[in-house]
Amino acid sequence: MSPVLAGVLQLLALMAALSLAYVPLGTYMAKVYSSDRHLRIEKWIYRGIGVNPNVRMSWPAYLRGVLAFSAVGVLLLYLLQRLQGVLPLSLGFRSIEPAQAFNTAASFVTNTNWQSYAGEQAMGHVVQTAGLAVQNFVSGAVGIAVAVALVRGFAATRAGALGNFWADLVRGVVRILLPIAMIAAIVLVAAGALQNFSGIHAVGQFLGGSQQWNGGAVASQEAIKELATNGGGYFNANSAHPFENPTPFTNLFEIFLILVIPFALTRTFGIMVGSVRQGYAILATMVTIWVGFVALMMWTEFAHHEGALRLAGGAMEGKEVRFGVGASSIFAVSTTLTSTGAVDSFHSSFTGFGGGIALLGMMLGEIAPGGVGSGLYGILIMAIIAVFIAGLMVGRTPEYLGKKIRTREIKLAAVYILITPALVLVCTAVSMALPSARHSMLNPGAHGFSEILYAFTSASNNNGSAFAGLNANTDWFNTMTGLAMLFGRFLPMVFVLALAGSLAEQQPVPVTAGTLRTEKPLFTGLLVGAILIIVGLTYFPALALGPLAEGLAS
Amino acid sequence: MNNSLRNTARLLGAGLRALLVLTLVTGVVYPLVVTGVAQAFFPGKANGSRVGADGKVVGSSLIGQSYDLPSTKGDQPPAPDLKWFQGRPAHGLGTNTVNTRYKLLVSGATNLAADTKALREQVEAARAAVVEDNSVPGYTVEPSDIPADAVTSSGSGLDPDISPQYARIQVHRVAVRNGLPVERVAKLVEEHTQGRTLGFMGEPRVNVLALNTALRDLTA
Repeated sequence: MSPVLAGVLQLLALMAALSLAYVPLGTYMAKVYSSDRHLRIEKWIYRGIGVNPNVRMSWPAYLRGVLAFSAVGVLLLYLLQRLQGVLPLSLGFRSIEPAQAFNTAASFVTNTNWQSYAGEQAMGHVVQTAGLAVQNFVSGAVGIAVAVALVRGFAATRAGALGNFWADLVRGVVRILLPIAMIAAIVLVAAGALQNFSGIHAVGQFLGGSQQWNGGAVASQEAIKELATNGGGYFNANSAHPFENPTPFTNLFEIFLILVIPFALTRTFGIMVGSVRQGYAILATMVTIWVGFVALMMWTEFAHHEGALRLAGGAMEGKEVRFGVGASSIFAVSTTLTSTGAVDSFHSSFTGFGGGIALLGMMLGEIAPGGVGSGLYGILIMAIIAVFIAGLMVGRTPEYLGKKIRTREIKLAAVYILITPALVLVCTAVSMALPSARHSMLNPGAHGFSEILYAFTSASNNNGSAFAGLNANTDWFNTMTGLAMLFGRFLPMVFVLALAGSLAEQQPVPVTAGTLRTEKPLFTGLLVGAILIIVGLTYFPALALGPLAEGLAS
Repeated sequence: MNNSLRNTARLLGAGLRALLVLTLVTGVVYPLVVTGVAQAFFPGKANGSRVGADGKVVGSSLIGQSYDLPSTKGDQPPAPDLKWFQGRPAHGLGTNTVNTRYKLLVSGATNLAADTKALREQVEAARAAVVEDNSVPGYTVEPSDIPADAVTSSGSGLDPDISPQYARIQVHRVAVRNGLPVERVAKLVEEHTQGRTLGFMGEPRVNVLALNTALRDLTA
């Protein structure tokens, strides 16, 4: 069997597994967020928090909950790192320096998991397990909560509230992320992933001498890191490390975990707005883009070799033998089209076009299928833009899911799609103008520019992957990517929740002969087109200077 | 004003309590339960898939290691011990060092771009070394036969595997150095070649540590 065929079969197997999970998981999540019942453990948790989970919140109240919870998260994670030196179970690692601690705290609370540190050299058990892995859960649950709030805005039939943030947060953790992560972690251990709390210890080698390992709760962190589209590796090499991702099976399984919730949320959405076909149209958009990107990535990684890769006879630099080119391409596309950023191979050493495809995936706003929650609200914003464009063409007030898209709604959607490009392009431009920031580049020329463009694209879109040659552990990059992550996460959420509030106040309008049928393939085509054109126009100049220049030079 | 301050404080208090409670659930109970299950049912795997030979641990089946001659001069890169099968180059290992307290196994890739002189030079040097090291009287390695994994660094820098083709290239040299028939060593490589999982997942590969361990058994 040729490696290309094996790659295609792995893609098909993945699609089959995702299809099997789609209906049960999507339906289950809709029940979780629609139910009026509380589990006993949830009641204990609400009592611990001191909130009433039955209070329905207006959008400002919901937003205040999101922001307060996240602010506390940044502060606590920052303190945990700053105090590492005096905490127990820290394996003797020092406290993290302020700029890096801020960067890492912002990174994990925003579901980005950009890492300017090497896990095995910097973080002990307490920070990894009770700090970083906790944010893997809760930042994912916050993302899903905000998406569900927006869906409730569409579904609300009268001046309505958006639900209760604390209930959505706790249910996301307790009923969705925790049970799946628990099973997934055990599957990973059974396949060879590490899971212990041993300290740093020496292990003998074949020709004598020893290597020093640090043990840790790797599998439990790996499971949630993929499932909640976080992506922060226990080790520096992330999911390329054999202790995180030991076999070809775990590799596919981890890609499955990355994609399963974001895809299934389209069904949750369909059920909650009362038409699963609306969910299918969104799903079809996501799948079209995802499969298209995988095909492009496989083409360039298998066939379009330049420079050193042509010399080597294959694009194996930064890739593991057990995964090979095909599976690594699927992983790279899946991690950058979601907000994950975990890597099983190193994007900086991909072909010029391959690195560009990873970049473009993030630039689309990570909506195909996107991060948990953030992918759904991101693509719904694009759907509003697409409906608006269609409305302009026929001169009719646009509607989506029975709600009118008026001036206020389109303003909120337009500001949403401007935030991340503004962050990416301004931060990249300023960095390129600073000699000290340029000094952080590992590679010369177009690729060096791509390293910085990739860093801010990754941070602002809350991805977390990197052209990792860039030395990002400087005050400039720690501070600027930290701010880009915070603004790139929470500003969009402000506009999403404002939009949700505005939609929830509207009476639904009846469907007429003039209504654009947003559950039909025509709309899927329109949406794919709108996404590609808007993002293409925004980023083309920057892409031309980086990956396109590199890919075309060969 | 006073009222809104009080409300903010109350909200932050709720946020803090929520985080502490969820930390208990996801940061303490969850990892401990997973660790408990892992240690009860898969202790070997949960502790790093160590492999032993003659009652001694010789490493992990998942972690690549080097098979070098003892270093003679301090700062010279050690030379490969050609008696043994060699793994992939590992130029990326140990970069981004921030903590030098331990001699830790640090993972990492080179992150070099395809169009850089540095990566071209690494590939060229590795290719020349593969030809030189593995060509023995009666068998010359053709540069066009060398697979990509033999001349590139992996993502983790700890890749435990090589492609079957790279293993086959090393067969003649290993046979000569160990005084074994070529067919015997070739058979050893065949026996240690793992196909794709279920026929389509990943790529065929040979675990270098397992291969060398079997080789040592053969020569002992």
